[in-house]
Amino acid sequence: MRKLKGIRLAHEKRTAEQAFVTLPPPQKVCIPMSMHMGAPCEPVVKLQQQVSVGECIGTSDAFFSADIHASISGKVTAITDFRMANGNYCKAVEITSDGLMTPYEGLAPVSCETAEEFFAAIRKSGAVGLGGAGFPTHVKLNPTHKIDYLIVNAAECEPYITSDDRTMQEKQEEIIASIRRVMQFLHIPECYIGVENNKPQAIKILRECAEQDDSITIVSLPPIYPQGAEKVMIYNITGRIVQEGQLPSEQGVIVINVSTMAFLEEYFRTGMPLVSRSLTIDGDAVNKPCNVTVSVGTSMREVLTYAECRFDDVRRLIGGGPMMGGGLPSFDMPITKTNNAILAFTSDKPVTTTACIRCGRCANVCPLNLMPTAMEQAYRKRDKAGLQALHMGLCMLCGCCSYVCPANRPLVESHRLAKDFLRQK
Amino acid sequence: MKLLHIATSPHIRDDISTQKIMLLVIGALLPAAVAGTIHFGWRALLLMVFCTAFSMACEGLCRQAMKREQTIADGSAALTGLLLAMNLPVTLPLWQAALGCFIAIVIVKQLFGGLGQNFANPAITARIVLMVSLTPSMTNWILPKTAAGDAFSYDAVSSATPLVSGTASLNDLFWGSTGGCLGETCAAALLFGGLFLVFLGIISPVTPLAFLGTVAAAVLIATGSVHDMVYQLLSGGLLLGAFFMATDYVTTPITAKGKLIFGIGCGLLTFLIRFYGSFPEGVSLAILLMNILTPYIDKLTMPRPFGAVSQKEAK
Repeated sequence: MRKLKGIRLAHEKRTAEQAFVTLPPPQKVCIPMSMHMGAPCEPVVKLQQQVSVGECIGTSDAFFSADIHASISGKVTAITDFRMANGNYCKAVEITSDGLMTPYEGLAPVSCETAEEFFAAIRKSGAVGLGGAGFPTHVKLNPTHKIDYLIVNAAECEPYITSDDRTMQEKQEEIIASIRRVMQFLHIPECYIGVENNKPQAIKILRECAEQDDSITIVSLPPIYPQGAEKVMIYNITGRIVQEGQLPSEQGVIVINVSTMAFLEEYFRTGMPLVSRSLTIDGDAVNKPCNVTVSVGTSMREVLTYAECRFDDVRRLIGGGPMMGGGLPSFDMPITKTNNAILAFTSDKPVTTTACIRCGRCANVCPLNLMPTAMEQAYRKRDKAGLQALHMGLCMLCGCCSYVCPANRPLVESHRLAKDFLRQK
Repeated sequence: MKLLHIATSPHIRDDISTQKIMLLVIGALLPAAVAGTIHFGWRALLLMVFCTAFSMACEGLCRQAMKREQTIADGSAALTGLLLAMNLPVTLPLWQAALGCFIAIVIVKQLFGGLGQNFANPAITARIVLMVSLTPSMTNWILPKTAAGDAFSYDAVSSATPLVSGTASLNDLFWGSTGGCLGETCAAALLFGGLFLVFLGIISPVTPLAFLGTVAAAVLIATGSVHDMVYQLLSGGLLLGAFFMATDYVTTPITAKGKLIFGIGCGLLTFLIRFYGSFPEGVSLAILLMNILTPYIDKLTMPRPFGAVSQKEAK
């Protein structure tokens, strides 16, 4: 089958052999009430209230949202307005540790008989996609259409990041068990685990683990960025095309990140909701690149200190991968549920931009066959009809076009603004 | 502590740049430029250096006069100057070459908005303007000093280009010991430079293949002679045009399908002009005509976005 286009990047997976290290719980955590796609949560705790690990501290009535839980035990010392990396504000709950890490008493292994109980349990877990986008998992696992394929996304196509890779090497058995559970409750006949072939160890371990199960196939995919983009992975594995404006489930497919799957199994076994996460710390300003597991809300400064970051040399701090991650304004940002990596770089080369020379590289690498320069021009003219005719809405901001552009045009920047512009009335 | 730099993704970029591309194309032209100097003498070198420098001066002064940011450093003006020089006979007076540079840089490129905005290839358009308005000096072909028997008297002997005479040997055509523009005669050097660019991924092989293939097929059908086919491929400005002018990013289609149409169109027009037109050479005219069609070819060959629902269907 034809695969979608993309680019080859230097993998830089320097931490693939670094097992997760669980950091000691921090003195203080700051937990933003908006770490996921969808409605932000409202704090349900009061100042000075004693909370324990796994206790719900934020919730929302909206279906498209995910609960938020205390990640350490201690006292709520502040409920503040918090400025997120994207510049918007949300509420945040600050908890000062009592050093005990007492688990919440109501937590117990989750058992469920019916599909309804299964969905309700996932909703309570606070699970969101751990690959970076943070789509609430209970929404994904409650599809309105019949599902033919469960695709577990383990491509991890961004350079540097190895947290999914490590999860596969360390929690293979949880992943497979989780897949079986989801397939059972959602009546999905077939599962594919899509892994880029630059992770041979993970592929081998998963294949051994799923050997007995004919319904689970591990697919080795070429390491062409953005292999892990949802639509790209669905097409490259099943040949199905998710149409503009559709959810994958409308094509009978659900795609879930592999680390999310591993978390779900741990949740069903212990009842502990999503209060910690595993991530990669790397970049040339970091002396000890590593993979760590930390409580949600831990300050990045603590994590970077563990990785022996040379703070004075850092010029760029990125939450996520270098292709799609966001620039961070400060070392004191909290780790959120969606942080799969923190990268600290020393270089800050200014780019020289020239006029577009129509070389066509952007159009030739766009996985979705869009016309990046035409979209940039249409946005500069604020041409709504033009942007719609170019199918601006399809763009997933993967960054291939900006990466290859010899003129260094601000393509993705314009596309991001253009997508917001189209959403405005 | 210094402040952190915040930018939108992506945070890494390929190390290709506009300037690098221009310099690589100039580099790929150097073998043919050296061959031109060997065949036609120092004046060929003088003309190439003059055109390159004068084009850059035109670009610089023009940007200054228009109060736009300076763009000399991107290398595109230097490339245009060199390409134009390689499309001129070695005997051309310098003031006429300067006129050509002015037309290419100021009229064809800058007046349309500068790099990336011109709809026609500047070097080709300038060559055509010179050809039409200064025909005698633009067709003053001399035999190169390396041509058999004329090693010491090159500047006295006028000759026709091999396209008109039809009598050059294929060997001479391949190594460039024939009359013609100073940069177009040495097929070996042009092929080397062109393949270098294809190998580096700077140009797509589609355009030259379609261009040369169409000319070859048309000649073969028209004459039935393989010798004539090879003769046509190696003579005139065909290789220079196919590898270095029909692959210009700005004035040719973006998609592979578009490049195929463009190349075939160029090939057909070149063949028709060479065999049935009143001009001896048709490569530059063919490319110019296809330049004009480029926006339409682009429109026709625009790929369908993946998973797109057309606006009609959506309603």
